[in-house]
Amino acid sequence: MNGAAFIVISMVTLAAALAAAVLPNLMHAAFCLVLSLLGLASFFFLLGAEFVGLALVFIYIGAVAVLIVFTILLTRRDSKVHYGLNWSGVVIAFAVFGGLTWAILKTQSLSIVPPQARAITVKRIGETLMTGYVWPLQCVGLLLTAALIGALVLVMEEKK
Amino acid sequence: MSSALDQIFVHGKRWLLSWFADAPNWLIQITSSLISIFALLAVFLTLFALMSVLERKILARMQNRYGPNRVGPFGLFQPVADGIKMLIKEDIVPARADKIIHFLAPVVLAAVAILTLGVIPYGRNMTAFTIDGGILFFFAVGSATELAVFMAGWASNNKFSMLGAMRAIAQMFSYELPLIITVLPVVMVAGSLMPDKIVFAQGEYTLGIVPRWFVFTPWGAAAFILFFVSGLVESNRTPFDVPEGESEIVAGHMTEYSGFKYATFFLAEYLGMFAISGLAVTLFLGGWHAPLRALEFIPSYIWFFAKLSVLLFVYIWLRATLPRTRVDQMMNVAWKFMLPMAFTCVIAAAVWHYAGRGLRGWLWSLLVIVFVYSALSILLDTRRKFARRVYRFAE
Repeated sequence: MNGAAFIVISMVTLAAALAAAVLPNLMHAAFCLVLSLLGLASFFFLLGAEFVGLALVFIYIGAVAVLIVFTILLTRRDSKVHYGLNWSGVVIAFAVFGGLTWAILKTQSLSIVPPQARAITVKRIGETLMTGYVWPLQCVGLLLTAALIGALVLVMEEKK
Repeated sequence: MSSALDQIFVHGKRWLLSWFADAPNWLIQITSSLISIFALLAVFLTLFALMSVLERKILARMQNRYGPNRVGPFGLFQPVADGIKMLIKEDIVPARADKIIHFLAPVVLAAVAILTLGVIPYGRNMTAFTIDGGILFFFAVGSATELAVFMAGWASNNKFSMLGAMRAIAQMFSYELPLIITVLPVVMVAGSLMPDKIVFAQGEYTLGIVPRWFVFTPWGAAAFILFFVSGLVESNRTPFDVPEGESEIVAGHMTEYSGFKYATFFLAEYLGMFAISGLAVTLFLGGWHAPLRALEFIPSYIWFFAKLSVLLFVYIWLRATLPRTRVDQMMNVAWKFMLPMAFTCVIAAAVWHYAGRGLRGWLWSLLVIVFVYSALSILLDTRRKFARRVYRFAE
């Protein structure tokens, strides 16, 4: 059952990712990107890492996708124009793909059986964040607060 | 006897599954899910039909009218007539619309609303989808609503639709923050993101009389009010139905929809309302627990749906009494008042916890909330006394 689910989800994810890369209409591409992100989240669910999957849905579909869609809407007026194929982009993409494939095939961890990991519960993530990773967590919190205040300052009305 | 009645649906599902005892494991899993899904859909679609007619009846009652009273006894068959009307109406898709996304938007919206219903515990052992981070699931899935509304607004290729979608996203984003932060104190105190455990944490009674629902603590009461208002905004209900404000922008993102797609939008809106009220019941009103120990013989799901009905009645009541708010005022309240108050609830809950969860903690957390509330009210008081009224956008 897990195998069948894996195949179905990966097909959907890959098809959506491909569509996001090649569709001429940017808005369609953005929605396909959302679909492929949803596929990624379901992979995490399939692996039992619910929290990561939910965070992915929460952040990427709930916030980043809306941001992307808004950016497209507010900046592009020529969404119907076709630019043709960008050959340098194709070359770079294939180079990156080739490099990654080579690196993955060279690693030895592929042949080692993974150790039986404990299920990642929300509780364990919370404990880890509050003990071993408390400094990084605080730093990220400070950064995000600064970003929030910065956003508020940016949109504040200027007093005359 | 009472416990048998309490668990009747759980036993019913087990009995249905016992027919498949010899089937392979995956078939049992799928059947089990399907039974839960069918039960959820049956209950909530019936509730939607009932709500649509009751809302009109209650609104009418409050405005001194009769309301629908032609179809069936007391007009109770009105939803059937409405459904038939919606089904046989012509489905119009604008020529310049994006056909696929125009079709997908109501589907996604309804699907999201139904998914969020799955994690709420409706009674003892009656959660359709038990998951470790149930609360997180609720909000993660619910955040796709914004995308669906945007799809509807953009695909319609209509300026009113687009304006409505923009307004919807602006208000949903702004109010999602207080909505989620008011959940934090509950999660902190219960020590779990699982709705079942949160309900379980509210099960005891202080002195044997007062139930330990979170709404009876100062931070819980404040958080509940904030949560309820944010929930009103998230489900686009009056007085916060700015996105579809029919006096300004026709019907917002639903302008170009007709027939059953329009009905699907309504369905999604009501299901979203049920979901957010159900979550409010779970988080603050003790879920399926009875208000008195003596009343525990009444099955748990009846208590849940009784509390849900009370909240839904308040929704209708507000719709009957309050006018629509202005967009900028709404945003101001979200960022300047709701958000600081939500953070205060978190702090007050921590104070309550560390002062011993007793009377002392109760008073200390009340003090924190009253202090911040009065400070905010003084700071945000911008009324200029005896000044000429200035209109910024209409002169």
